[in-house]
Amino acid sequence: MSLRGLEEEKRRWEGTTLKESTSRFPERKGEFRTASAIPVERVYCPSDLPSLDYERDLGFPGESPFTRGIQPTMYRGRFWTMRQYAGFASAEESNRRYRYLLQQGQSGLSVAFDLPTQIGYDSDHPLATGEVGKVGVAIDSLEDIEVLFADIPLDAVSTSMTINSTASTLLAMYVAAARKRSIPLHRLSGTVQNDILKEYVARGTYIFPPEPSMRLVTDLMAYCAEHLPNWNTISISGYHIREAGSTAVQEVAFTFANAIAYVEAALEAGLKIDDFAPRLSFFFNAHNDFFEEIAKFRAARRLWGKIMRERFGARDARSCMLRFHTQTAGCSLTAQQPENNIVRTALQALAAVMGGTQSLHTNSMDEALALPSEKAARVALRTQQIIAHESGVANTIDPLGGAYFVESLTDEIEARAREYLDEVEKRGGTLRALEAGFFHREIQESAYRYQKEVESRERVIVGVNSFQTEQMEPIETLRVDPSIGQAQAAKLAALRQRRNAGRVKEALERLRDVATGSENTMPAIIECVESLCTLGEICDVLRSVFGEYKEVMIV
Amino acid sequence: MKERRKIRVLIAKPGLDGHDRGAKVVARALRDAGMEVIYSGLRQTPEMIVETAIQEDVDVIGLSILSGAHLPLFSRLGELTREQGLDRVLIVAGGIIPDEDMPAVREMGIRAVFGPGSSTTDIVDFVLSNAPQDKG
Amino acid sequence: MDLAQRLLDGDRRAAARLITLIENGADGVELELKQIYPHTGQAHIVGITGPPGAGKSTLVSALARELRGRGKTVGIIAVDPTSPFTGGALLGDRIRMQELSTDSGVFIRSMASRGALGGLSRATADAVKVLDAFGCNVILVETVGAGQGEVDIARAAHSTIVVEVPGMGDEIQAIKAGILEIADVFAVNKADKAGAERTVMELEMMLQMNTRPGAWFPLIVKTVATSNKGIAELADALEKHLRYLRDSGELEQRLRANTLRELVDAAKEEFIGELWAELSQRDLATLTQSMLDHHLDPRSAAKELVRKFRNGS
Repeated sequence: MSLRGLEEEKRRWEGTTLKESTSRFPERKGEFRTASAIPVERVYCPSDLPSLDYERDLGFPGESPFTRGIQPTMYRGRFWTMRQYAGFASAEESNRRYRYLLQQGQSGLSVAFDLPTQIGYDSDHPLATGEVGKVGVAIDSLEDIEVLFADIPLDAVSTSMTINSTASTLLAMYVAAARKRSIPLHRLSGTVQNDILKEYVARGTYIFPPEPSMRLVTDLMAYCAEHLPNWNTISISGYHIREAGSTAVQEVAFTFANAIAYVEAALEAGLKIDDFAPRLSFFFNAHNDFFEEIAKFRAARRLWGKIMRERFGARDARSCMLRFHTQTAGCSLTAQQPENNIVRTALQALAAVMGGTQSLHTNSMDEALALPSEKAARVALRTQQIIAHESGVANTIDPLGGAYFVESLTDEIEARAREYLDEVEKRGGTLRALEAGFFHREIQESAYRYQKEVESRERVIVGVNSFQTEQMEPIETLRVDPSIGQAQAAKLAALRQRRNAGRVKEALERLRDVATGSENTMPAIIECVESLCTLGEICDVLRSVFGEYKEVMIV
Repeated sequence: MKERRKIRVLIAKPGLDGHDRGAKVVARALRDAGMEVIYSGLRQTPEMIVETAIQEDVDVIGLSILSGAHLPLFSRLGELTREQGLDRVLIVAGGIIPDEDMPAVREMGIRAVFGPGSSTTDIVDFVLSNAPQDKG
Repeated sequence: MDLAQRLLDGDRRAAARLITLIENGADGVELELKQIYPHTGQAHIVGITGPPGAGKSTLVSALARELRGRGKTVGIIAVDPTSPFTGGALLGDRIRMQELSTDSGVFIRSMASRGALGGLSRATADAVKVLDAFGCNVILVETVGAGQGEVDIARAAHSTIVVEVPGMGDEIQAIKAGILEIADVFAVNKADKAGAERTVMELEMMLQMNTRPGAWFPLIVKTVATSNKGIAELADALEKHLRYLRDSGELEQRLRANTLRELVDAAKEEFIGELWAELSQRDLATLTQSMLDHHLDPRSAAKELVRKFRNGS
């Protein structure tokens, strides 16, 4: 049947069968929308995709435009990497947890650092009060990193580090630890998040203003291009943008706006597009709206490929492949009836897998209450294993490809994200838009709207605004031993006594010179780390040269 | 010249965590309820928060924290508010604060905790009915 | 509780509370203001204005730090608009002033405009008096450059800094806002951005065309507030302007004009207050109705009102 014939047939159906039904049983709502407010039709037909061109818009897995996936076999070859973000208190304790997770079948490490480490303060800094070891492991010096990775084969695991403003220093420590164990640097594989722009927009662990921060990012990229060919130098993150309250469309658009800024900075620093683009990786959120999330991943893959080819003239197919890690949505977890979070996480994880993620973190059910307990973390990992081994969804590639609804949503998200990118261009590019608070304003607007929808019960959250139960049964949560702060402080004091003070001073002076000039900062930072300078000392030098950033408040 | 009195609220994020979605949503909801909201931003020490509360002469302090550092920070804040005689100021908190910490947190002078899933309407109502009434 | 005395004794909470009472138009506040008036007139009052996004708060923060380094105590009043729909306000200027928040030589107060512009300038001017009496050597009053409100504040200030940024369009923003005339000092902030030189040149040209011979020729200072560049020069420019005001006798003139205006404004308010207390609601209703029917124009109605008041109706 022709599309026009189909349209006529649809109108006939609407006028007869449908009308008869709705006149007696009206639909639940007058209008249906996705979580990102994209209108959802009653039913989708081929006529909703009038211009679909299979070759151009979908293609085959592993080939442009990569809508269906970036590898030719996807999960038929190998499952996604099950990578649980973890890190607690001291390096010793985290090391035990990592070895446990590897034993349990996890295939890569993902290191969470505590906030002082993320913001460049030593554990004995006044601002670190109460924060040491809380949301991740406390790292003050190379010695802590050595303990963290003791008995873990650095050349055989891939290590992902969620670290941004202090990424250079932490990577320097990893490199120094490998060198001490005589592991060749080209055998190291892993990722540093190193995505400073989204820190300003959404996550808040920035230190320096955008311009010097961008330099640290590109310095790290250039260093890795030369010495750590298997290291992902950046994980450009929409995850936190979404957590801050953005829509799915904003998540894609703002992540790519940031990505474009990094690519431009790297090009400006003299790198060649196909030399670094294959090492760019991404990090997205898997939220509640199942089909919208799947469509989001597919749209992002297609859009990124186009940006790389059309805007940056990438030739290497690998430059055009959107490789991404996914985490289920932390902000969707509820403190009320926490066991329900297992189900939410499972659905979100399923969307990530159907959307073709390369690696996945599933949240623990208790994260709206406290840091995850070991039991909750195990259930979260098991959720992924059940999807992989029992559900059968991993047996064919892009199982929803061709579904009228999903294809239509994919087109819609791509188009809307493009509109945002054009808007950013009009505002003079990412950094200008950032400075003017454009991203903050857009995200806050969405976050506020979402909150209002929940409060008016236009949006139902099970257990929160509907289906509440009176009594909350307590669940077991993890507590961090508060003495960790003192223990780290004592370690620091001993280190400062023991190390060669002259060498420390010299390395820090050298770093100051390099930072003031324009040379790549990585070698000087590695030298500092190997001289047992602390993270706080290194960042203090950089603070004094670069200054500090203050957030934008947008009303 | 009648009735220009407004409830003044300080919203601050003590500690180092950067998750300010909740703090900003609440700030805006309080503003929309007609209050004057002073937003002092991330990385606030207890000393900064108390000094700001004094200079801005606020009726309410709202603290948001998700990193788990609440006990030492709230404890210091409680000390300082008592020292400075800010007993009339209503202090509330939001974020992730485990149930078993609640008695201690109340002891430190935090009158209410609004955890994940709280509605801004409840927060606004609580502030309206509990903010001190004794000035101007 | 004698707030005025406590604040004169250096009690920060008393100063803060008195500003609250001023904002609220509370009973008894006049008495307190009367008590502190003899202790005012000491501070250098500086207005700072400019378009949104020009980096005013960062500049104020950097300038305050510079002034602290020169041994001065500093008061800061940051004014932001009240939402006309809800009556609430979100005041975020302190974000950029965090490192000042525990300096005992600095007092920062965020104020919402709360309705009418006249009201804004009056409460702000009184708050300035509080900080003046409290002993702040320099008082920085930061407002968003949007027009009349700034002109009012500039009248109460000794020196006014207008903040500009390069590349915000083809035209100097201050012209659009109509606040060019009030500038004693221009800060071209974010001067590390492209177009800074051009902005400076345009300002110079404009000033050459518009400045009377013999009058103060506004200084232009390039600043990068985020990295403290040009801040010492900005503080120097303020000192220079204050010196000029004193030496030229303009300070004396300005103060006299301001004081007169204050007297007239206060008299107006007194008068209106009395008028309001005395008027019969019926007279008001009758006159309003005549205007509604377009029998009487506003001016004539007002004259009628005053006449009735005089006759003690």
